[in-house]
Order: sequence, then C-alpha cells, then structure tokens
Amino acid sequence: MLRYILRRLAWSVPTLLLVTFLVYLALRIGTDPVESYKRVNPRASRAKIQQYIDINGLDPNFVQGYIKWLKNFITGEWAPSIKGRREVWPALKDAMANTLRLGTAATVVGIFFGLIAGVLAALRPGGRRDVFINTSAFVGISIPPFISAILLQLLFAVYWQRWFGESLFPTSGVYPAGHTGFDLFLMLKFMALPTIIVAIQIIATYSRYMRSSLLDVMNSDYMRTARSKGISERRILIKHGMRNALIPVVTIAALDVGSIVGGLIITENIFAYPGMGLYFLKSFGDGDFPLLMPWMVVIVASILLFNLIADISYAWLDPRIRLE
Amino acid sequence: MALRRFVSHKAAVVSCIIIGILALFVILAPFTARYGVNQSVQAPPNSFLSPRSNAWLGTDDIGRDLYSRLIYGVRVSLLIGLASALISVTLGALVGAVAGFRGGKFDDILMRVTDLFLAFPFLVTLLVVRNVLGGLPWLKPLTGEMNSVRFIIVLFSIFGWMGVARIVRGQVLSLKEREFVEAARAVGASRRYIIARHLLPNSVGPIMVALTFSVVGAIIGESTLAFFGYGPQAGDGATSLGILVGAAKGAVQTGFWWLAVFPCLMLIIIALSINFIGDALRDATDPRLDRSV
Repeated sequence: MLRYILRRLAWSVPTLLLVTFLVYLALRIGTDPVESYKRVNPRASRAKIQQYIDINGLDPNFVQGYIKWLKNFITGEWAPSIKGRREVWPALKDAMANTLRLGTAATVVGIFFGLIAGVLAALRPGGRRDVFINTSAFVGISIPPFISAILLQLLFAVYWQRWFGESLFPTSGVYPAGHTGFDLFLMLKFMALPTIIVAIQIIATYSRYMRSSLLDVMNSDYMRTARSKGISERRILIKHGMRNALIPVVTIAALDVGSIVGGLIITENIFAYPGMGLYFLKSFGDGDFPLLMPWMVVIVASILLFNLIADISYAWLDPRIRLE
Repeated sequence: MALRRFVSHKAAVVSCIIIGILALFVILAPFTARYGVNQSVQAPPNSFLSPRSNAWLGTDDIGRDLYSRLIYGVRVSLLIGLASALISVTLGALVGAVAGFRGGKFDDILMRVTDLFLAFPFLVTLLVVRNVLGGLPWLKPLTGEMNSVRFIIVLFSIFGWMGVARIVRGQVLSLKEREFVEAARAVGASRRYIIARHLLPNSVGPIMVALTFSVVGAIIGESTLAFFGYGPQAGDGATSLGILVGAAKGAVQTGFWWLAVFPCLMLIIIALSINFIGDALRDATDPRLDRSV
C-alpha cells in the first residue's frame, strides 16, 4: 500500500509538469501575456517590458520560456500581477480559503442530503417516493447553476425585500460593505444562497449514485446471506448495505472535484463571492498571466491529489482490491 | 420493441411534443413572432414594460418585445445545439470506434487526453480553449470571428467529441469480442468494413443518446458563455437564448422579473425536455438497463 502511494506520488510530478506545460502553452496562445501587459502599461519602457518577460518566462521559444517560468515559480520569485502590481500569493491564498469554506459547506450539505435521498429512493424501488426523488434529481441536474442562481436571487433577495421589507439572503460578497472582523452569523447568512445553489447539483448527483449503488448491493449474495441469518432489516441496511454501497460513492466524490469547482466558479461569480472562481474570471478577463499560472497549478495539483485519494480510498474501503 | 419502451416513458413523450411545438414556432418565426428582433413594440416610452396585451412577455431595456426575441433567440440556440452536436457526435463516434477497435497506443493517448479534459472544471477549459482557438490565426477561415455563431459551433464541436468518443469506445470494446464480429473477421472482412457495417450500426443506441445530450450541452454551454460575456455577439440584430439569459443577470437587482424569469424558464424547459428524451432513448435502446428494478 505504502509503496503504491509513493509510486503514484512520484508519477504525479511528471504529470503535473506536463499538464502545467500544456496550460502554459494554452495561456500563451490564448491570452498573449506580453500584449496584455502593454495594454495596461501603454508607456512602459523597453527595459520594463523585458523585465516582465524575463520574470514570467515569456520567451518567444515556448519550451525555454516554460523552463524559465518553472524555475522562478519554484524558487518563489513570482511576478506581481499586471493590473495594480499586486503580490499574487496573498490574493491566491485568500481566494483559496474562501472557496474552501464555500466548497466544504456545499459538499457537506450536498452529500449528506444526497445520500439520504438516495437511500430513501432505493429502499422501495419503483415506489412513489422513488419516482419523486428520481424525477427531482433529474430536474436538479438539468438546471444549470446560473439559472437557479438568478431565480433564487430574484425570489429571496429582491422580491422578499419588496414583500416583507427586508431581503432574506444578501446577494453578494462575504460581509456587507465596510464590515470588519469575524461574525459567524452574518457570514452564514451571506453564504446561504451560494451554498444552496452548489449543493442542489451535488444532492441531485449523489442521490442518483447512492440509489444505484445501494440497489446493486441489495441484490448481492451477501445480503441474502445476512438476511437468512436472521439479522434485522435495519441492521442489514446499515451494517451491510450502506457500508458497501458507499465504496463507489466515495470514489466518485473524490473524482468529482473538477465539476464541484466548476459549479463554484459560476456561483461565486454571480454572488461576487471572492473565491477562486471570481479570481479566475477576473484575471482571465484581464489576461493577467502572473495571476493565472499559479491558479492553474493549484487547480491541476488538487485534481491530481483527489484522483490519488480516490484510488487509495477505494482500496482501503474494499479489501478485495489489491493495489500493486 | 424499442419504440414501445420509448412511448412508455411518459415524460419523454410530453417532452417530444413540447420540443416539436417549439421547433414549429421557431421554424415559422416570421409568422409566430409578433415583432422583429430589434423592433420596438410602441413609440417611447417603451422600455421595461411589464407583460401586457401588446407585449405578452414584457419588453426589455430598449422597448423590444421579449416574446418575439425569445423565439428568435431559441432559433439561434437550437441551431447551435444541433449543428455542434451533429459534428461532435460524428467525429466522436469515428474516433471512439477506431480507438476501441484498434486499442494500443492510440487508444491510451486518446483516453488520457479525454480524462484530462473532463477532469478540469468545465468553464475553465471552455474559456481557455476558446481563446486558444481564437489565438491561432490559421484557424480563422474555419472559425470566423471569435464572437460569431460559427465560432461557437466549432468550439462546441471540438469540445463535445471526447465524451462521445469515450462512450462509443466502451461500446465497441464490448462488441468486438462478440461472435458476429469474429465471424466477420473469419471470412476476411477488412477492419474498415467491420467498423462501418458491424460496430457502428450496433452502437446506434448510445450514439443517439450521446447526440441528445450533446445538444443540451451545447445549448447550455452557449448560455454559460454568453452569461459571462464570452458568447456570440448580437450582430445583425440576431439574438440567442444565451444573450437573453445574460441580460437577465442585470434585471434581477432592478426587479424586472419578466426579463429574468421567461428566458430562464425557456432554457429550463428546453434542457429538461431534451434530457428526458435522451433518458428515454437510453432506456429504450439498452435492454439490460431496466429502470423499474
């Protein structure tokens, strides 16, 4: 097991290098970082531009440029952002913290309710409850997050204010303008709508996964054996059914980070929530190469990490699987 | 048999009727729309009129009829959806069939690339690929301007084929071990013949399902792009569902509910109906999958 993990970790280094090289290429071709620098600083001297090119590794030769960028990235010599010449790391760190908070909240809420809905549906397959949960999940998956965001904002923020004098949930930011310090209640209020919107997608997806996984398990031989031993239905469901049904679900959860981050990006933008998504869309719109590359590295690294977690958890939870 | 199973899926039948009516409305746009795309319903003041008799769904910021604009918008969006789905499914089916049949290096590389693509957050990949396409000057003759409808179609074709290739590959992998393929090989059929006459026709079910889901994917994708300001531009007075949904964002805070609700509802109806049809097609063409159990 340990050897497997170490080998996978060793492999993830070249993968990370290759993918970041591809991202570097795509950004070089797609956003033309030198041009966007000149656009923001129209009167920059030639020496300034050369300095910018050097520190970001923007040589005309892509491979040499990438190696130069990589060297500066690893040694911590990060270029300041094009717009406003801000330090990149503090901005990235804040964005990561905010997204982690929103993402964790939405994932916990989403998986919790999703699993419950899936189990309820699978208990009596074909029943009225099953049809209801299945159909709602289908509708939930079909509605893109920005649509539900618009409609919920309209209802809970704008029209709630017209009808009841005060909006139930605010529509943007983490705190009201001018607020300082930490206030849990206020923060929860601001996070409620974005969390709900991301969670809807997760609930819909996981109730379907859990349902089909539990149905598979329910029809297996060891469930029949457990039943024939005279164990109560409740105990069978929890000790034998749920535990085994969760194995594939956990794996999918770990593999699914990309799509959860995708939902977060869209939601954050609509609610002006200062996380990774807003960071990306802003810097992408500005063509801000020094801000974009570290963001991409973080995203690629976390996808690789969660892939690894998926494989390991699979083997760890299911003793029949041997990783060698 | 397949048809009977399809018809037994009630939601799908209703969806077919809805999509049919929509298609009719959209094809007959010059008759069904009450005003032109950029025509205002009355002399100013005419902006942000709530729904009324001369503008059934209200008007937008410069007094244009939302109902007529929705019809014209859905027309463009359906065109984008159908065109890019057809291209990407054709491409994906061919690549997937060849990869599944031949296996080896080609197959490995293809699946790695697909995994990588699908692991990334959708919007990030979409935006980056969009800019790369726009940044390659030798692609200009094929893609046109970056904010044209043609560019969007090319973008979603490039984007969509991988998912289809993966599905078809899986299908072909299981089909190629079957007896009738072995029999064809035994009598000396060429690879191309086996793929074209045995493997692809037997994968029609999954391919059709992939086609319906690609249509939805492209329509939602176009809306997403437009929502974030990267969609097709309203050149020549054209509009699209994405442009209308994008305008909804601005209407929320000001409380012009009709501008937000109707385009969003239209997108939901289209996405749900086509998804239901795809779901029913999957049930109908895959006998192993019995949903009632």
